[in-house]
Amino acid sequence: MSAAPGYNFAYLDENTKRMIRRALLKAVAIPGHQVPFGSREMPLPYGWGTGGIQVTASVIGPDDTLKVIDQGADDTTNAVSIRRFFARVAGVATTERTAEATIIQTRHRIPETPLREGQILVYQVPMPEPLFRLEPRVAETRRMHALADYGLMQVKLYEDIARHGHIAISYNYPVMVNGRYLMAPSPIPAFDNPKMHRMPALQLFGAGREKRLYAVPPYTEVRSLDFEDHPFRPPRAEAACALCGSRESYLDEVVTDDRGGRMFLCSDTDWCRQRREAAG
Amino acid sequence: MSAAPLLEAEGLSLRFGAIPALDRVSLAVWPGEVVAIVGESGSGKTTLLRVLSGLARPQAGRVLYRDPAGEAREVHGMGEAALRRLHRSDWGFVHQNPRDGLRMGVSAGGNVGERLMAAGARHYGAIRAQAAAWLRRVEIDPARMDDPPAKFSGGMQQRLQIARTLVTHPRLVFMDEPTGGLDVSVQARLLDLIRALVADLGLAVLLVTHDIAAARLLAHRLLVMRHGRVVEEGLTDRVLDDPQHPYTQLLVSSVLAA
Ligand SMILES: Nc1ncnc2c1ncn2[C@@H]1O[C@H](COP(=O)(O)OP(=O)(O)OP(=O)(O)O)[C@@H](O)[C@H]1O
Ligand SMILES: [Mg+2]
Repeated sequence: MSAAPGYNFAYLDENTKRMIRRALLKAVAIPGHQVPFGSREMPLPYGWGTGGIQVTASVIGPDDTLKVIDQGADDTTNAVSIRRFFARVAGVATTERTAEATIIQTRHRIPETPLREGQILVYQVPMPEPLFRLEPRVAETRRMHALADYGLMQVKLYEDIARHGHIAISYNYPVMVNGRYLMAPSPIPAFDNPKMHRMPALQLFGAGREKRLYAVPPYTEVRSLDFEDHPFRPPRAEAACALCGSRESYLDEVVTDDRGGRMFLCSDTDWCRQRREAAG
Repeated sequence: MSAAPLLEAEGLSLRFGAIPALDRVSLAVWPGEVVAIVGESGSGKTTLLRVLSGLARPQAGRVLYRDPAGEAREVHGMGEAALRRLHRSDWGFVHQNPRDGLRMGVSAGGNVGERLMAAGARHYGAIRAQAAAWLRRVEIDPARMDDPPAKFSGGMQQRLQIARTLVTHPRLVFMDEPTGGLDVSVQARLLDLIRALVADLGLAVLLVTHDIAAARLLAHRLLVMRHGRVVEEGLTDRVLDDPQHPYTQLLVSSVLAA
Protein backbone atom coordinates (compact mmCIF):
# COMPACT_ATOMS: atom_id res chain seq x y z
CA MET A 1 0.00 0.00 0.00
CA SER A 2 1.25 3.55 -0.59
CA ALA A 3 0.22 6.90 0.82
CA ALA A 4 -2.32 9.03 -1.01
CA PRO A 5 -0.72 11.83 -3.06
CA GLY A 6 -1.16 15.41 -1.88
CA TYR A 7 -0.34 14.64 1.75
CA ASN A 8 2.98 14.52 3.52
CA PHE A 9 3.59 11.04 4.94
CA ALA A 10 1.21 10.57 7.89
CA TYR A 11 -0.52 13.91 7.17
CA LEU A 12 1.59 16.17 9.43
CA ASP A 13 4.51 18.10 7.90
CA GLU A 14 8.02 17.03 8.88
CA ASN A 15 8.67 20.07 11.10
CA THR A 16 5.57 19.41 13.14
CA LYS A 17 6.46 15.75 13.53
CA ARG A 18 9.98 16.69 14.63
CA MET A 19 8.57 19.12 17.19
CA ILE A 20 6.23 16.46 18.55
CA ARG A 21 9.02 13.86 18.62
CA ARG A 22 11.21 16.24 20.60
CA ALA A 23 8.38 16.71 23.11
CA LEU A 24 7.94 12.91 23.23
CA LEU A 25 11.64 12.38 23.93
CA LYS A 26 11.38 14.78 26.83
CA ALA A 27 8.23 13.01 28.03
CA VAL A 28 10.01 9.64 27.92
CA ALA A 29 12.96 11.11 29.82
CA ILE A 30 10.66 12.35 32.62
CA PRO A 31 8.08 9.58 33.05
CA GLY A 32 4.60 10.87 33.89
CA HIS A 33 5.52 14.53 33.44
CA GLN A 34 3.23 16.55 31.15
CA VAL A 35 5.12 18.22 28.32
CA PRO A 36 3.47 21.06 26.38
CA PHE A 37 3.44 20.84 22.60
CA GLY A 38 2.15 22.95 19.73
CA SER A 39 -0.97 20.93 18.96
CA ARG A 40 -2.07 21.22 15.31
CA GLU A 41 -5.50 21.36 13.74
CA MET A 42 -6.44 17.91 12.55
CA PRO A 43 -9.15 16.91 10.10
CA LEU A 44 -11.18 15.66 13.06
CA PRO A 45 -12.88 17.53 15.89
CA TYR A 46 -11.37 17.56 19.40
CA GLY A 47 -12.75 14.66 21.37
CA TRP A 48 -12.05 12.36 18.41
CA GLY A 49 -8.54 11.72 19.54
CA THR A 50 -6.59 14.50 17.85
CA GLY A 51 -3.86 14.28 20.51
CA GLY A 52 -3.45 10.54 19.98
CA ILE A 53 -3.52 10.95 16.21
CA GLN A 54 -0.73 13.54 16.28
CA VAL A 55 1.40 11.25 18.45
CA THR A 56 0.75 8.30 16.14
CA ALA A 57 1.50 10.43 13.07
CA SER A 58 4.84 11.48 14.59
CA VAL A 59 6.08 8.00 15.48
CA ILE A 60 4.65 5.89 12.66
CA GLY A 61 6.85 4.66 9.79
CA PRO A 62 6.04 2.89 6.49
CA ASP A 63 6.85 -0.53 7.99
CA ASP A 64 4.53 -0.17 10.97
CA THR A 65 1.31 -2.06 11.43
CA LEU A 66 -1.41 -0.05 13.10
CA LYS A 67 -4.30 -1.17 15.28
CA VAL A 68 -6.90 1.29 16.56
CA ILE A 69 -9.42 0.56 19.29
CA ASP A 70 -12.21 2.52 20.88
CA GLN A 71 -13.56 1.11 24.16
CA GLY A 72 -11.71 -2.10 23.30
CA ALA A 73 -13.41 -2.57 19.91
CA ASP A 74 -11.80 -2.30 16.47
CA ASP A 75 -15.07 -1.85 14.62
CA THR A 76 -16.53 1.33 16.15
CA THR A 77 -16.91 4.43 13.97
CA ASN A 78 -14.08 6.28 15.68
CA ALA A 79 -11.62 3.39 15.45
CA VAL A 80 -12.50 2.64 11.85
CA SER A 81 -12.11 6.24 10.71
CA ILE A 82 -8.74 6.70 12.42
CA ARG A 83 -7.48 3.42 10.96
CA ARG A 84 -8.65 4.43 7.47
CA PHE A 85 -7.10 7.84 7.92
CA PHE A 86 -3.64 6.36 8.49
CA ALA A 87 -4.06 3.73 5.79
CA ARG A 88 -4.74 6.61 3.41
CA VAL A 89 -2.18 9.27 4.53
CA ALA A 90 0.65 6.89 5.50
CA GLY A 91 -0.16 3.82 3.45
CA VAL A 92 0.58 1.61 6.45
CA ALA A 93 -0.75 -1.87 7.06
CA THR A 94 -3.53 -2.12 9.63
CA THR A 95 -4.65 -4.99 11.78
CA GLU A 96 -7.21 -5.88 14.41
CA ARG A 97 -4.84 -8.33 16.10
CA THR A 98 -3.01 -6.95 19.10
CA ALA A 99 -0.03 -9.30 18.65
CA GLU A 100 0.51 -8.22 15.03
CA ALA A 101 0.41 -4.47 15.65
CA THR A 102 3.53 -2.36 16.19
CA ILE A 103 1.49 0.70 17.14
CA ILE A 104 -1.86 0.56 18.91
CA GLN A 105 -3.85 3.75 19.28
CA THR A 106 -6.50 3.49 21.95
CA ARG A 107 -9.37 5.26 23.56
CA HIS A 108 -10.53 4.01 26.99
CA ARG A 109 -8.88 0.56 27.09
CA ILE A 110 -5.64 -1.39 27.24
CA PRO A 111 -5.78 -4.63 25.22
CA GLU A 112 -6.11 -7.85 27.21
CA THR A 113 -3.31 -9.54 25.23
CA PRO A 114 -0.12 -8.57 27.09
CA LEU A 115 1.93 -6.09 25.09
CA ARG A 116 5.57 -6.80 24.34
CA GLU A 117 8.82 -4.95 23.79
CA GLY A 118 8.92 -2.93 20.59
CA GLN A 119 5.22 -2.13 20.59
CA ILE A 120 3.90 1.38 21.23
CA LEU A 121 0.55 2.06 22.91
CA VAL A 122 -0.79 5.54 22.09
CA TYR A 123 -3.57 6.83 24.35
CA GLN A 124 -6.09 9.49 23.38
CA VAL A 125 -6.39 11.80 26.40
CA PRO A 126 -9.22 14.29 26.94
CA MET A 127 -7.85 15.79 30.20
CA PRO A 128 -4.18 15.25 31.05
CA GLU A 129 -4.22 16.98 34.45
CA PRO A 130 -5.04 14.51 37.24
CA LEU A 131 -5.55 17.34 39.74
CA PHE A 132 -7.92 19.48 37.70
CA ARG A 133 -11.07 18.65 39.64
CA LEU A 134 -9.31 19.30 42.93
CA GLU A 135 -7.34 22.41 42.05
CA PRO A 136 -8.78 24.62 39.30
CA ARG A 137 -5.76 26.98 39.16
CA VAL A 138 -3.41 25.68 36.46
CA ALA A 139 -0.37 27.49 37.86
CA GLU A 140 -1.01 25.89 41.24
CA THR A 141 -1.29 22.37 39.76
CA ARG A 142 2.08 22.91 38.05
CA ARG A 143 3.59 23.95 41.35
CA MET A 144 2.12 20.86 43.01
CA HIS A 145 3.73 18.65 40.35
CA ALA A 146 7.05 20.49 40.63
CA LEU A 147 7.10 19.94 44.39
CA ALA A 148 5.49 16.47 44.27
CA ASP A 149 2.90 17.94 46.63
CA TYR A 150 0.14 15.35 46.19
CA GLY A 151 -1.48 15.27 49.64
CA LEU A 152 -4.64 16.74 48.11
CA MET A 153 -5.15 13.75 45.81
CA GLN A 154 -4.84 11.45 48.80
CA VAL A 155 -7.44 13.62 50.60
CA LYS A 156 -9.84 13.00 47.72
CA LEU A 157 -9.37 9.22 48.16
CA TYR A 158 -9.87 9.62 51.93
CA GLU A 159 -13.13 11.48 51.28
CA ASP A 160 -14.33 8.70 48.98
CA ILE A 161 -13.79 6.06 51.65
CA ALA A 162 -15.39 8.25 54.33
CA ARG A 163 -18.44 8.79 52.12
CA HIS A 164 -18.85 5.54 50.21
CA GLY A 165 -16.81 3.04 52.20
CA HIS A 166 -14.46 2.53 49.25
CA ILE A 167 -12.55 4.53 46.65
CA ALA A 168 -15.25 5.42 44.16
CA ILE A 169 -13.14 5.97 41.06
CA SER A 170 -13.80 3.45 38.32
CA TYR A 171 -12.21 5.30 35.38
CA ASN A 172 -9.10 7.46 35.04
CA TYR A 173 -7.89 6.18 38.41
CA PRO A 174 -4.83 8.27 39.41
CA VAL A 175 -1.39 6.66 39.39
CA MET A 176 2.11 7.54 40.55
CA VAL A 177 4.67 7.02 37.82
CA ASN A 178 8.22 6.02 38.73
CA GLY A 179 7.53 7.16 42.30
CA ARG A 180 7.58 10.78 41.22
CA TYR A 181 4.73 12.14 39.06
CA LEU A 182 1.01 11.86 39.61
CA MET A 183 -0.55 10.93 36.27
CA ALA A 184 -4.01 10.57 34.74
CA PRO A 185 -4.07 7.24 32.85
CA SER A 186 -6.83 8.68 30.58
CA PRO A 187 -10.34 7.28 31.02
CA ILE A 188 -9.36 3.62 30.96
CA PRO A 189 -11.18 1.48 33.55
CA ALA A 190 -9.30 1.08 36.83
CA PHE A 191 -9.33 -2.61 35.86
CA ASP A 192 -6.64 -1.79 33.26
CA ASN A 193 -4.34 0.12 35.63
CA PRO A 194 -2.25 -2.92 36.65
CA LYS A 195 -1.41 -3.50 32.97
CA MET A 196 0.47 -0.19 32.90
CA HIS A 197 2.85 -1.32 35.63
CA ARG A 198 6.20 -2.43 34.19
CA MET A 199 4.64 -2.84 30.76
CA PRO A 200 7.30 -3.95 28.22
CA ALA A 201 5.75 -1.67 25.55
CA LEU A 202 6.24 2.11 25.36
CA GLN A 203 3.15 4.07 26.45
CA LEU A 204 2.57 7.51 24.94
CA PHE A 205 -0.28 9.87 25.84
CA GLY A 206 -1.57 12.73 23.68
CA ALA A 207 -4.07 15.44 24.71
CA GLY A 208 -4.91 17.56 21.65
CA ARG A 209 -7.18 20.23 23.09
CA GLU A 210 -5.04 20.65 26.23
CA LYS A 211 -1.81 20.54 24.17
CA ARG A 212 0.01 18.13 26.47
CA LEU A 213 2.00 14.93 25.94
CA TYR A 214 3.29 12.45 28.48
CA ALA A 215 4.83 9.01 28.51
CA VAL A 216 5.60 5.88 30.47
CA PRO A 217 8.76 4.19 29.16
CA PRO A 218 8.95 0.37 29.12
CA TYR A 219 9.24 -1.41 32.46
CA THR A 220 8.40 1.70 34.50
CA GLU A 221 6.72 1.45 37.89
CA VAL A 222 3.09 2.62 37.77
CA ARG A 223 1.27 2.46 41.11
CA SER A 224 -2.41 3.16 41.66
CA LEU A 225 -2.92 5.39 44.70
CA ASP A 226 -4.51 3.73 47.69
CA PHE A 227 -4.30 3.24 51.45
CA GLU A 228 -2.55 0.40 53.25
CA ASP A 229 -5.85 -0.70 54.79
CA HIS A 230 -7.87 0.04 51.61
CA PRO A 231 -5.61 -1.39 48.92
CA PHE A 232 -6.33 -0.74 45.25
CA ARG A 233 -8.67 -3.48 43.99
CA PRO A 234 -9.78 -2.99 40.43
CA PRO A 235 -13.47 -3.79 40.11
CA ARG A 236 -14.77 -6.25 37.53
CA ALA A 237 -18.32 -7.44 36.80
CA GLU A 238 -19.00 -10.79 38.52
CA ALA A 239 -19.79 -12.53 35.28
CA ALA A 240 -18.40 -14.47 32.33
CA CYS A 241 -18.35 -13.30 28.73
CA ALA A 242 -21.46 -14.66 26.98
CA LEU A 243 -19.40 -15.39 23.84
CA CYS A 244 -16.05 -16.75 25.01
CA GLY A 245 -16.77 -17.48 28.68
CA SER A 246 -13.84 -15.41 29.96
CA ARG A 247 -13.81 -14.63 33.66
CA GLU A 248 -10.61 -12.58 33.51
CA SER A 249 -11.30 -9.99 30.84
CA TYR A 250 -13.03 -6.64 31.22
CA LEU A 251 -16.71 -6.95 30.33
CA ASP A 252 -19.25 -4.60 28.80
CA GLU A 253 -22.85 -4.94 29.85
CA VAL A 254 -25.17 -5.18 26.86
CA VAL A 255 -28.93 -4.75 27.06
CA THR A 256 -30.54 -7.41 24.88
CA ASP A 257 -34.24 -6.50 24.97
CA ASP A 258 -36.64 -4.02 26.53
CA ARG A 259 -37.62 -6.39 29.35
CA GLY A 260 -34.42 -5.94 31.33
CA GLY A 261 -32.58 -8.73 29.55
CA ARG A 262 -28.82 -8.21 29.50
CA MET A 263 -25.58 -10.01 28.99
CA PHE A 264 -21.88 -9.44 29.44
CA LEU A 265 -19.36 -9.43 26.59
CA CYS A 266 -15.61 -8.93 26.43
CA SER A 267 -14.88 -5.29 25.75
CA ASP A 268 -11.72 -6.35 23.85
CA THR A 269 -13.23 -7.76 20.65
CA ASP A 270 -9.92 -9.08 19.27
CA TRP A 271 -9.17 -11.00 22.45
CA CYS A 272 -12.68 -12.47 22.58
CA ARG A 273 -12.44 -13.66 18.96
CA GLN A 274 -9.03 -15.24 19.55
CA ARG A 275 -10.40 -17.20 22.50
CA ARG A 276 -13.34 -18.44 20.46
CA GLU A 277 -11.02 -19.40 17.57
CA ALA A 278 -8.70 -21.25 19.96
CA ALA A 279 -11.66 -23.10 21.47
CA GLY A 280 -12.59 -24.15 17.93
CA MET B 1 13.66 27.91 77.15
CA SER B 2 16.77 26.94 75.26
CA ALA B 3 19.63 29.20 74.37
CA ALA B 4 19.06 29.62 70.65
CA PRO B 5 16.03 31.37 69.16
CA LEU B 6 13.75 29.39 66.85
CA LEU B 7 13.08 32.37 64.64
CA GLU B 8 15.19 35.48 64.37
CA ALA B 9 14.50 38.55 62.25
CA GLU B 10 16.81 41.48 61.67
CA GLY B 11 16.07 44.87 60.15
CA LEU B 12 12.96 43.91 58.18
CA SER B 13 11.65 46.69 55.98
CA LEU B 14 8.88 46.67 53.41
CA ARG B 15 7.16 49.66 51.85
CA PHE B 16 3.98 49.69 49.81
CA GLY B 17 4.46 52.92 47.86
CA ALA B 18 4.71 55.64 50.49
CA ILE B 19 3.48 53.36 53.30
CA PRO B 20 6.19 51.80 55.45
CA ALA B 21 4.35 48.57 56.32
CA LEU B 22 7.53 47.36 58.06
CA ASP B 23 10.28 49.69 59.18
CA ARG B 24 13.49 48.04 60.45
CA VAL B 25 11.75 45.40 62.54
CA SER B 26 13.89 42.94 64.51
CA LEU B 27 12.63 40.20 66.78
CA ALA B 28 13.35 36.73 68.08
CA VAL B 29 11.11 33.88 69.17
CA TRP B 30 12.46 31.14 71.43
CA PRO B 31 11.20 27.55 71.52
CA GLY B 32 7.98 27.25 73.52
CA GLU B 33 7.47 30.98 73.73
CA VAL B 34 4.28 32.88 72.89
CA VAL B 35 4.96 36.33 71.48
CA ALA B 36 2.03 38.64 70.82
CA ILE B 37 2.13 41.45 68.29
CA VAL B 38 -0.36 44.19 69.08
CA GLY B 39 -1.10 47.50 67.41
CA GLU B 40 -3.84 49.43 65.66
CA SER B 41 -5.25 48.53 62.27
CA GLY B 42 -2.74 49.14 59.50
CA SER B 43 0.28 49.09 61.81
CA GLY B 44 1.88 46.23 59.85
CA LYS B 45 1.05 43.16 61.95
CA THR B 46 -0.19 40.94 59.14
CA THR B 47 2.63 42.09 56.89
CA LEU B 48 5.12 41.11 59.59
CA LEU B 49 3.63 37.60 59.90
CA ARG B 50 3.68 37.17 56.15
CA VAL B 51 7.31 38.24 55.90
CA LEU B 52 8.41 36.13 58.87
CA SER B 53 6.72 33.04 57.46
CA GLY B 54 8.19 33.53 53.99
CA LEU B 55 4.86 34.32 52.32
CA ALA B 56 6.15 37.81 51.45
CA ARG B 57 9.66 39.02 50.77
CA PRO B 58 11.09 42.02 52.63
CA GLN B 59 12.96 44.79 50.80
CA ALA B 60 15.61 44.75 53.50
CA GLY B 61 16.57 42.48 56.39
CA ARG B 62 16.53 38.74 56.85
CA VAL B 63 14.77 35.99 58.76
CA LEU B 64 16.55 32.93 60.16
CA TYR B 65 14.78 29.73 61.21
CA ARG B 66 16.59 27.15 63.28
CA ASP B 67 15.54 23.68 62.10
CA PRO B 68 15.26 20.65 64.40
CA ALA B 69 18.87 19.72 63.58
CA GLY B 70 19.95 23.10 64.98
CA GLU B 71 20.87 24.53 61.60
CA ALA B 72 19.97 28.19 60.99
CA ARG B 73 18.33 28.61 57.59
CA GLU B 74 17.44 31.81 55.84
CA VAL B 75 13.69 31.78 55.23
CA HIS B 76 13.83 33.84 52.05
CA GLY B 77 16.79 31.96 50.64
CA MET B 78 15.72 28.34 51.04
CA GLY B 79 13.64 28.01 47.88
CA GLU B 80 9.97 27.36 47.38
CA ALA B 81 10.06 23.58 47.81
CA ALA B 82 11.85 23.75 51.17
CA LEU B 83 9.59 26.55 52.35
CA ARG B 84 6.45 24.60 51.47
CA ARG B 85 7.80 21.59 53.29
CA LEU B 86 8.38 23.76 56.33
CA HIS B 87 4.84 25.12 56.13
CA ARG B 88 3.34 21.66 56.22
CA SER B 89 5.64 20.16 58.83
CA ASP B 90 7.50 22.37 61.34
CA TRP B 91 5.24 25.39 60.94
CA GLY B 92 1.56 26.15 61.09
CA PHE B 93 -0.51 29.15 60.07
CA VAL B 94 -3.89 29.96 61.62
CA HIS B 95 -5.83 32.55 59.62
CA GLN B 96 -8.35 35.03 60.98
CA ASN B 97 -10.93 33.79 58.50
CA PRO B 98 -11.24 30.00 58.82
CA ARG B 99 -12.20 29.86 55.13
CA ASP B 100 -8.63 30.87 54.28
CA GLY B 101 -7.20 28.00 56.31
CA LEU B 102 -9.74 25.22 55.68
CA ARG B 103 -10.83 23.30 52.61
CA MET B 104 -14.53 24.05 52.66
CA GLY B 105 -15.37 21.24 50.22
CA VAL B 106 -13.63 18.58 52.32
CA SER B 107 -15.02 16.92 55.48
CA ALA B 108 -13.74 17.92 58.92
CA GLY B 109 -11.84 14.62 59.17
CA GLY B 110 -10.27 15.16 55.74
CA ASN B 111 -9.24 18.67 56.74
CA VAL B 112 -7.43 17.37 59.81
CA GLY B 113 -5.98 14.41 57.91
CA GLU B 114 -4.55 16.43 55.03
CA ARG B 115 -1.29 17.36 56.71
CA LEU B 116 -0.81 13.76 57.84
CA MET B 117 -1.31 12.54 54.29
CA ALA B 118 0.97 15.24 52.90
CA ALA B 119 3.59 13.96 55.33
CA GLY B 120 3.17 10.45 53.92
CA ALA B 121 0.51 8.81 56.14
CA ARG B 122 -1.21 6.07 54.11
CA HIS B 123 -3.23 4.12 56.67
CA TYR B 124 -6.85 5.24 56.46
CA GLY B 125 -7.81 3.87 59.87
CA ALA B 126 -4.85 5.50 61.59
CA ILE B 127 -5.46 8.84 59.89
CA ARG B 128 -9.09 8.70 60.95
CA ALA B 129 -8.23 7.81 64.52
CA GLN B 130 -5.83 10.73 64.74
CA ALA B 131 -8.37 13.08 63.20
CA ALA B 132 -11.00 11.94 65.71
CA ALA B 133 -8.60 12.42 68.62
CA TRP B 134 -7.81 15.93 67.42
CA LEU B 135 -11.45 16.85 66.95
CA ARG B 136 -12.11 15.73 70.51
CA ARG B 137 -9.15 17.77 71.65
CA VAL B 138 -10.58 20.95 70.14
CA GLU B 139 -14.01 20.10 71.56
CA ILE B 140 -15.69 19.03 68.34
CA ASP B 141 -17.80 15.87 68.56
CA PRO B 142 -15.98 13.23 66.45
CA ALA B 143 -19.41 12.05 65.31
CA ARG B 144 -19.32 15.12 63.05
CA MET B 145 -16.02 14.27 61.38
CA ASP B 146 -17.65 13.51 58.04
CA ASP B 147 -19.53 16.83 57.94
CA PRO B 148 -18.14 19.65 55.83
CA PRO B 149 -16.93 22.73 57.74
CA ALA B 150 -19.68 24.80 56.11
CA LYS B 151 -22.10 23.11 58.53
CA PHE B 152 -20.06 24.32 61.53
CA SER B 153 -20.40 27.56 63.50
CA GLY B 154 -17.65 30.18 63.22
CA GLY B 155 -16.12 29.10 66.52
CA MET B 156 -16.12 25.44 65.50
CA GLN B 157 -14.56 26.28 62.15
CA GLN B 158 -11.79 28.12 63.93
CA ARG B 159 -11.22 25.17 66.29
CA LEU B 160 -11.16 22.88 63.28
CA GLN B 161 -8.53 25.07 61.64
CA ILE B 162 -6.44 24.80 64.80
CA ALA B 163 -6.77 20.99 64.87
CA ARG B 164 -5.81 20.82 61.19
CA THR B 165 -2.74 22.95 61.87
CA LEU B 166 -1.54 21.23 65.04
CA VAL B 167 -2.08 17.60 64.01
CA THR B 168 1.51 17.27 62.76
CA HIS B 169 2.92 18.86 65.94
CA PRO B 170 4.54 21.93 64.43
CA ARG B 171 7.19 23.74 66.46
CA LEU B 172 6.14 27.24 65.48
CA VAL B 173 2.65 28.54 64.74
CA PHE B 174 1.74 31.88 63.23
CA MET B 175 -1.73 33.09 64.24
CA ASP B 176 -3.31 36.16 62.68
CA GLU B 177 -6.24 37.34 64.82
CA PRO B 178 -7.44 33.79 65.50
CA THR B 179 -10.41 35.06 67.52
CA GLY B 180 -11.11 38.00 65.22
CA GLY B 181 -14.53 37.40 63.74
CA LEU B 182 -16.09 35.67 66.74
CA ASP B 183 -18.60 36.59 69.46
CA VAL B 184 -17.05 37.58 72.76
CA SER B 185 -18.19 34.46 74.64
CA VAL B 186 -16.89 32.25 71.82
CA GLN B 187 -13.61 34.18 71.83
CA ALA B 188 -13.05 33.47 75.51
CA ARG B 189 -13.55 29.74 75.05
CA LEU B 190 -11.23 29.66 72.07
CA LEU B 191 -8.52 31.57 73.93
CA ASP B 192 -8.69 29.08 76.79
CA LEU B 193 -8.38 26.24 74.31
CA ILE B 194 -5.38 27.82 72.57
CA ARG B 195 -3.73 28.43 75.91
CA ALA B 196 -4.14 24.80 76.98
CA LEU B 197 -2.87 23.43 73.65
CA VAL B 198 0.13 25.72 73.54
CA ALA B 199 1.13 24.66 77.05
CA ASP B 200 0.55 20.95 76.35
CA LEU B 201 2.48 20.91 73.10
CA GLY B 202 5.19 23.38 74.08
CA LEU B 203 4.49 25.38 70.92
CA ALA B 204 6.18 28.59 69.99
CA VAL B 205 3.52 31.03 68.77
CA LEU B 206 3.58 34.37 67.05
CA LEU B 207 0.16 35.78 67.76
CA VAL B 208 -1.18 38.87 66.04
CA THR B 209 -4.08 40.45 67.86
CA HIS B 210 -5.99 43.68 68.43
CA ASP B 211 -7.09 42.30 71.73
CA ILE B 212 -4.95 43.32 74.69
CA ALA B 213 -6.83 40.91 76.95
CA ALA B 214 -5.99 38.02 74.63
CA ALA B 215 -2.36 39.06 74.63
CA ARG B 216 -2.37 39.21 78.43
CA LEU B 217 -3.88 35.74 78.67
CA LEU B 218 -1.64 33.98 76.15
CA ALA B 219 1.62 35.79 75.61
CA HIS B 220 4.88 35.62 77.48
CA ARG B 221 6.19 38.63 75.59
CA LEU B 222 4.59 41.50 73.76
CA LEU B 223 5.62 43.64 70.80
CA VAL B 224 3.76 46.88 70.19
CA MET B 225 3.70 48.05 66.58
CA ARG B 226 2.85 51.40 65.09
CA HIS B 227 3.38 52.60 61.52
CA GLY B 228 5.43 49.53 60.72
CA ARG B 229 7.78 49.95 63.64
CA VAL B 230 8.14 48.11 66.94
CA VAL B 231 7.74 50.95 69.45
CA GLU B 232 7.93 48.86 72.59
CA GLU B 233 8.61 45.29 73.59
CA GLY B 234 9.01 43.30 76.77
CA LEU B 235 7.43 40.78 79.09
CA THR B 236 3.65 40.99 78.76
CA ASP B 237 2.89 42.02 82.32
CA ARG B 238 5.65 44.61 82.35
CA VAL B 239 4.48 46.23 79.09
CA LEU B 240 0.81 46.24 80.06
CA ASP B 241 1.25 47.30 83.70
CA ASP B 242 4.02 49.77 83.16
CA PRO B 243 3.96 50.94 79.55
CA GLN B 244 6.86 53.22 78.61
CA HIS B 245 5.99 54.45 75.13
CA PRO B 246 3.17 57.04 74.93
CA TYR B 247 1.44 54.99 72.21
CA THR B 248 1.45 51.88 74.42
CA GLN B 249 0.10 53.96 77.28
CA LEU B 250 -2.73 55.10 75.03
CA LEU B 251 -3.40 51.56 73.83
CA VAL B 252 -3.54 50.18 77.38
CA SER B 253 -5.65 53.00 78.78
CA SER B 254 -8.16 52.81 75.92
CA VAL B 255 -8.61 49.14 76.70
CA LEU B 256 -9.08 49.86 80.39
CA ALA B 257 -11.60 52.57 79.55
CA ALA B 258 -13.53 50.29 77.18
N1 LIG C 1 -0.34 44.18 49.35
C1 LIG C 1 -0.41 45.44 49.78
N2 LIG C 1 -0.37 46.49 48.91
C2 LIG C 1 -0.39 47.75 49.35
N3 LIG C 1 -0.46 48.11 50.64
C3 LIG C 1 -0.50 47.13 51.55
C4 LIG C 1 -0.47 45.75 51.18
N4 LIG C 1 -0.52 45.00 52.30
C5 LIG C 1 -0.57 45.87 53.32
N5 LIG C 1 -0.56 47.16 52.89
C6 LIG C 1 -0.55 48.34 53.72
O1 LIG C 1 0.47 48.18 54.68
C7 LIG C 1 0.04 48.63 55.95
C8 LIG C 1 0.12 47.52 56.95
O2 LIG C 1 -0.89 46.55 56.63
P1 LIG C 1 -1.16 45.25 57.51
O3 LIG C 1 -2.21 44.48 56.83
O4 LIG C 1 0.12 44.58 57.78
O5 LIG C 1 -1.73 45.87 58.85
P2 LIG C 1 -2.34 45.15 60.12
O6 LIG C 1 -1.62 45.67 61.28
O7 LIG C 1 -2.39 43.70 59.93
O8 LIG C 1 -3.84 45.74 60.12
P3 LIG C 1 -5.20 45.05 60.61
O9 LIG C 1 -5.17 45.14 62.09
O10 LIG C 1 -6.27 45.93 60.03
O11 LIG C 1 -5.25 43.67 60.09
C9 LIG C 1 -1.35 49.19 55.74
O12 LIG C 1 -1.27 50.57 55.53
C10 LIG C 1 -1.83 48.49 54.50
O13 LIG C 1 -2.79 49.29 53.83
MG1 LIG D 1 -3.97 42.24 59.79
